[in-house]
Amino acid sequence: MDPKELKRVRLIKRIAQELPNGALVNLGIGMPTMVANYIPKDRTILLHSENGFIGLGASPEQGKEDPRLVNAGGQPVTIVPGGCFFDSAMSFAIIRGGHVDYTVLGALEVDMEGNLANYMIPGKMVPGMGGAMDLVVGAKNVIVAMEHVNKNGAPKILKKCSLPLTAKGEVDLIVTDLAFIRVTKKGLVLEEIAEDTTVEEVIKATEAPLHIAGKLGKF
Amino acid sequence: MKPILTADKAVEDIKDGSSLMVAGFMGCGNAFTLVEALLKKGSAGLTLITSDTAFPAVGVGKLVAQCRVKKLYATHIGTNPISGQKMNCGEMDVTLVPQGTFNERIRAKGAGLGGVLTPTGIGTAVEEGKQKLTLEGKDYLLELPLGAQFAFIKAETCDKYGNCFLPMATKNAAVSMAMAADRVIVEAENIVEPGQMDPEKVTIPGVFVSAIVKSEIPAQNLQQK
Repeated sequence: MDPKELKRVRLIKRIAQELPNGALVNLGIGMPTMVANYIPKDRTILLHSENGFIGLGASPEQGKEDPRLVNAGGQPVTIVPGGCFFDSAMSFAIIRGGHVDYTVLGALEVDMEGNLANYMIPGKMVPGMGGAMDLVVGAKNVIVAMEHVNKNGAPKILKKCSLPLTAKGEVDLIVTDLAFIRVTKKGLVLEEIAEDTTVEEVIKATEAPLHIAGKLGKF
Repeated sequence: MKPILTADKAVEDIKDGSSLMVAGFMGCGNAFTLVEALLKKGSAGLTLITSDTAFPAVGVGKLVAQCRVKKLYATHIGTNPISGQKMNCGEMDVTLVPQGTFNERIRAKGAGLGGVLTPTGIGTAVEEGKQKLTLEGKDYLLELPLGAQFAFIKAETCDKYGNCFLPMATKNAAVSMAMAADRVIVEAENIVEPGQMDPEKVTIPGVFVSAIVKSEIPAQNLQQK
C-alpha cells in the first residue's frame, strides 16, 4: 500500500472505532464506504442505503449481481440477514427524522462552526446534492472523513467555508490523515493527532483556530 | 380493471412540453420499455422529474442525452455528464432538489397536502426564494408540492386492478410518484389476475394506476463502467 493509502486506512479505522455496537450508519460514496471494512469484530453495525434499505452488505460475487439491488452509487450490492427494504419517502423519514445514528461523508471544506461544503464548486462541479443535505441535517452524528489539505496543499478546515454550504452547523467530528477534531460550541478541539505528525504541523495545515485538548491522544 | 396497452399506445398522449415523472435510482427501477417507446415517439421539450439522470445510455438518462428534456427536477446529475453540459450551456433548465425534499414534495402532491416543512436546506442556497418558518425555535423551509401529468413506474408484478409489487431497491420514488401524477403508466414484468397477488405484498395500491404495459426490456446490471 502506498503511504497515502495507508494514511487513509488509518483515518478510516479511527472512524470505525467511533461507531458503537448496534448503530445505524450511512456511509457516503468514496472513502467513507471503506469504513465498513474496518468495523471492530466485536461490534455489529447496520448500514443504511438511502435508495431504500437497511442492511447494506458486501459486493456480490461476479455473476451473482441482482439488478434490483444496488447502492446509492448504482453499484450492485447485497443485503445482510435482518435487513429490510422501503421506499424513498420512508428512507428519508429515517434520515431526516433522526433515526440514523451516524453519517460519514467527505468534504471540500468544513469550518469552525461545523458548516460543511461538499456538494458543488460553482461553474466547475455541479452534480447535485443527492441525499447529502438531508443526511447531514438529520443524522444524530455527522463525521467528516477527508484529507487535511487539498491537492494544492491548502487547508480545508477553514474559519469560514467559501463554497456553497451543504448544511449549516451540523458537523460533529472531523477526521483527517493528520487529526481527530471535535466541533464544539467554543470552536474546534484537537483531541488526537496522527502518530507521524505534531501539533505544530496540524495547526499549520489548519486555517481555523484549534483548541488543544488537555489530554491529547494519538491514532 | 385497468387497460393493458402496448408501450406505444401508452405514451401516445405524452406530447411536446408534457411533464413526466420517471421512478428509479441510478437506473435501478426505471421503466426501460416505456422510456424507449417515448424516445421512439419523439416528444421533446419535456419537463422531467426524476431522482437522478442515471447514465447517458441507461434508462431515463437517454431522455436527457437525446435532447428531449427542457426542464429537469432532480437530486443528482453527476453520473450523467450530458446533464451537466446541457445545464451549463443553458440548453436545459435544471432545479436540483435535496433528495428527501424531492420525495416529500411529490408525496405532498399525491397526499393532498399544501406543502411540507423541512429543516433540510436551511442556511444553504436551497432556501433562496422560499418561505421560512420558525416553529418551537427551529427553522424550516416551506417546500411546495410537485406533480406531473404523467408518471412511469416499473413493477415486477401488477394485477389487473393495478396493484403493484416493486421488489428490493426498485421502490425508491415510485410510491410517491404514483400518487402525484395525473396519468400513471405501470410497466410490469408479470401481469396477473386479481387475487393472484398477496394483498399484503402490494407496494403501490392500484387506485393510483391508469394503465399497464408489459415489460419487454429486462432490468440490467447497471454498474458504471
